Parts: sequence; structure tokens; C-alpha cells
Amino acid sequence: MSSSPYVQLNNLAKHFGKVKALDGLSLDIAEGELVALLGPSGCGKTTALRALAGLQELDRGLMIVDGKDVTFQSANKRGMGMVFQAYSLFPHMTARDNVEYGLKLKAHRTSGDKRKARSNELLELVGLSTHANHYPHQLSGGQQQRIALARALAISPKVLLLDEPLSALDAKVRTQLREEIRRIQLELGTTTLFVTHDQEEALSIADRVGVMRNGQLEQIAAPDELYDRPGTAFVAEFVGLTNPISGVVSKGAIELLDSTVKTLRGSITTGQGIALVRPENIEVVASKSSNATVFSASFLGASCRLSITLNDGTRVTAQLPSSDAVGLGAGAPVKVSLLDRPVFVKPLI
Amino acid sequence: MKKSIGVRIWRISIIAVVSFYLLMPLYAMFDFSTKQFGLGGKSRNLDSWRIIPSQPDLMIAISRSLLTALIVMALILFLIVPTAIWVHLKLPLLRRPFELLCLIPLAIPAIVIVVGIAPLYRWISINLTESPITLSGVYSMLILPYTYRSLSAALDAVDIHTLAEAARTLGASFARVIFGIIMPTIKTGIINGSFIAIALVLGEYTISNILNYKTFQVVIAQIGRANGNVAVAVSLASLLFVLFLLLLIPNKKRLGTVLDVDVK
Repeated sequence: MSSSPYVQLNNLAKHFGKVKALDGLSLDIAEGELVALLGPSGCGKTTALRALAGLQELDRGLMIVDGKDVTFQSANKRGMGMVFQAYSLFPHMTARDNVEYGLKLKAHRTSGDKRKARSNELLELVGLSTHANHYPHQLSGGQQQRIALARALAISPKVLLLDEPLSALDAKVRTQLREEIRRIQLELGTTTLFVTHDQEEALSIADRVGVMRNGQLEQIAAPDELYDRPGTAFVAEFVGLTNPISGVVSKGAIELLDSTVKTLRGSITTGQGIALVRPENIEVVASKSSNATVFSASFLGASCRLSITLNDGTRVTAQLPSSDAVGLGAGAPVKVSLLDRPVFVKPLI
Repeated sequence: MKKSIGVRIWRISIIAVVSFYLLMPLYAMFDFSTKQFGLGGKSRNLDSWRIIPSQPDLMIAISRSLLTALIVMALILFLIVPTAIWVHLKLPLLRRPFELLCLIPLAIPAIVIVVGIAPLYRWISINLTESPITLSGVYSMLILPYTYRSLSAALDAVDIHTLAEAARTLGASFARVIFGIIMPTIKTGIINGSFIAIALVLGEYTISNILNYKTFQVVIAQIGRANGNVAVAVSLASLLFVLFLLLLIPNKKRLGTVLDVDVK
């Protein structure tokens, strides 16, 4: 027996003038799952999140949460916890008052002692129990977003909605906080929808990542599947880096760089096409019987990225462990081949 | 070091000049109010100040004007502020027309306003009440340019949309968002607007005089005709009172310092 999804978004549509922000978006989220919506600016990911929060009216569609139709329910009755991109702590309240705010309202009213215990618990959870009496202006950006997360979680939300909550933070804090978000989400088992344009962020913490384009869900899958087996050319090119290399497809395989590799589902089935090859799927070895020359090398720490010019003039990027790239400096003759991993092939335009 | 002393001297000089410019008229008023003119010579005393409370109609006029100011403040708090917030939050396209509407009282001379509203106030005094408190209606219109600018600046300084949406998702009604979240956030703007409104209401003369209401300024003018010293003493007292109110406007000083290190 399969249980129905905890959150169901069915055929959501929203137009802003002539712009289609959502164009028949459908998405299911299981209870306790963290789904990230990823996509370029204007693809509709934030509109979808705001619609689920009740902050955006829809032209069409149905939203079901925990078996209840919430499509026309007002935002203050939906019981969604939301963390915004902009700092949104109430400036006239301390961190504790912010966390307790939702618990004082009719929708989630809790007695004084329980409220204090809950705020203590959540401030502890986000590691800011010593900052309970600080005002927002006394907190750094990362701390404010932690308190905002605690405030959203205080009401035990049906769904936690995260609208690019890390984008205003610097790189180090962003990495630190995204790991904390995942830890807390796993600890509490809160169903979460996370909107971001940062693919590293999405791939690193989500159970499933949905890639959106023009108001529609292009593909939704586990991060590794999305990366290794993209269903469309857009997903292949949007998530991670790819090298477009032309070749001929026949019988579910393509010949590239003296190698034959299988093609992924959704690729063209026959004829000339462009394979989208991941940099780490290109094998590079120093060789005098070379078919390419290293144009430049970028040291990235654990790995090294090589820009390589093939004998036919095509430029490709390869990424390999730094230990394998020793001696592969600019001008070095190399032999380039492909690892036996399937690639997505799009038609020649 | 030399530079900092120079800057300090420069600052003190500016403050001294501005203080002289502002305080000199007040001193002149005090000086005038304590002088005794006439056959007795140039003796000084505080008689003009002592007899202020015994002036006919004065205390009643003060209490009426203060009550009118309070009503205007209530109108600001419960009508103008929520309207301004609503326009900023929900009707952004109406912002310009609303702003223009609020500026109209500044562009129209008081005498023209009086001519326009006189029939209305005549009807009010015949059919409802003759109390000058009814002037709070026209005053709340007169203060719009100042109050709205102050509110608008405060509303533009914070991201009220995000604050409102955050409160909504936590379960707050629209009324609670406006009165519990946005209004405390723009508290300084509201207080500034309110005090400016009080100053304007206590100082307004043209409309109340032409409409024949005995407000604070009208009574001062009447006293002035009988006794100049007392009129100046009362004017100075009212100026000091308004100055005191303006000094009460909180200087939003940030408490504590911003931590720039994220604590895990």
C-alpha cells in the first residue's frame, strides 16, 4: 500500500501580466522529506514557495497539505514556517520574543511556561541560547537567519519553507548554516521545501532536487541521479559543468574522443548530436602519442581543472584529482579519452 | 590631535551660533514678559507669569487645545498610520496619488480652507456641538503633509513587506501585523509625526479664529490685546511646552554592538 504524499501541488499556474511564473507546476513531497527547488532567476521557484505559504494567489491549481486542501486558506491559518531571503526578524523584539511570537498568537497559542521552554529548546537547537536577549541589530546575518529558523520551527510547522535563506550570507557562514539546516531538519523530521539558485546548496542538503524552467518542473530526482542522469539537456547544462562535444549516435551509444559511451534516456537516438560530458568524466594522461594539449591548469585544492585543446581545435575542460594532474601544465601533450559513463546527447541545432 | 581640537572648536562654534539664533528670541520674550512699563519705571517682576492661571478662558482654552491635539493624535494612530501602512503594503500603485493628496493642505492657504469648510462647521455648531474639539477634523487634514512624510520615510526605511509576510506565516491577522509589528517598527516616525502634529494644533490661529472658536492661540491673542506682557508670557510658556515635547522625540540610539562573528 502506497501512502499519499504529504504535500501535493497540482497543476499550479500563475501569470504576472504576460509572464508565466507558474505554468502547470505539479510536485509531490513526502512527509519528512527535504525537497529543493533549483532554477534560474524568474523560473517560478519562489512563486511556487510563496503560493504554498499562502502569500501568493494562484490563477489555477490545487494545493493539498496533510490531506487538507489549503489552496484558498489564508497565510495565517496554514501553519507554514517560513525563512526569508531578507532578514525578517521583528526589530523591536529580542531573539526570544521573536521565537515566541508565533506561540502567542491564536493559531498556535501556548501557555507562558511551555512557550519559554519551547523557545529555550529552539534557541539551543540553533546554538544561540546565549543570545536570547539580544535584539536583531545586535546579531550578525548568520545569527539572524538562525533565529528566523528557530522562529519558523517554534510553531511546529506543517511544512518549513526556506526562500533562499542563505543567499545574503558570506560563503563560509552559508556552508556552515546549510549543514545546520539539514541537521535540524533531520532531527525534527520537518517536511521542508527549500528554494535556491545555488546548485551546490541544493545538491548538498536535499533528499530530492527539482529543477524548474519557465514555470514548470523540468526534472525532480535525488541529487546524484540529477547530476549523473539528467533527463533533459537543460538539466544537464544547468546542474554542474558540461563539455559540449559533437559525435554520432547509434544504437544507444555515441562515439566521442576515440571512446564509445552509452547515451542517457531522453537523448537523441540516432544521428549527429552534441554530447554533454562532465569534466570529471574526461580521462587525461600524459602521453607522447597525444590527441590534445593542455591549454591551462587551475589548481582547486583537492582537484585540478584543465582546459585542453583537442587536435581538431575543440576546447574541453577536464577535472581530475590534483595528484593525477602533476606535470600536466600548460603546453603538455596529453591523451584524452572518456570514462565509461553514460552521457546526455542533445540534437544539433 | 590638532585636527581633532580644531574640529571640536568648529563644532562648538556652530552650536553656539545656532543656539544664540534660536534662544535669543526666547530670551527677548522672557525679558519683555518680566518688564513693567509705565510710570513706575523699569522694574522687573514675574507678575505676568503669576497671573497666567487667573486669566479668563485661558485654562479652558489650553485644556480644549490639548484635548483637540490628543484627538488628532488618536486619528493619526488609528486612521492615518494604518492607512499609510496599508497603502505601502497592499496598494503600491496608490502611493503617488495618496502622497499628492496628503500634500494638498500644504498648497492651499489656510484662509481658502476656512472658506471651504465654514458652511460645514456652521452646520456642526448649529446641529451638533459648538465645542472647539470639533476642529480636530480639520486639523487632522492640515497635519497630513507633515505626518505622512514622516511616516512614509519610516516605512521606506524598513522592509515592511517581509516583516508583514513573516508575521502572517506565523499566524498573525492583518490587524495584528499593522498594530503589533509594523507600528512598533516605525515607532520613531509615528512619534515624530505626532509631535509635529501637536505643535501645529497648539499653534494654529487662523482657522480657529475665523471660525470663532476659542482655542489656545485665539485666547492668547485676546489676552495680548488687554495685556501684552501676559500674552508674551503665555506664548513663551506654550513655546517651551512644545519645545519640551519635541525634545521628547526619542533619539533612536542602537543598544549594544553588532557582532560580526558568527557563533556556532
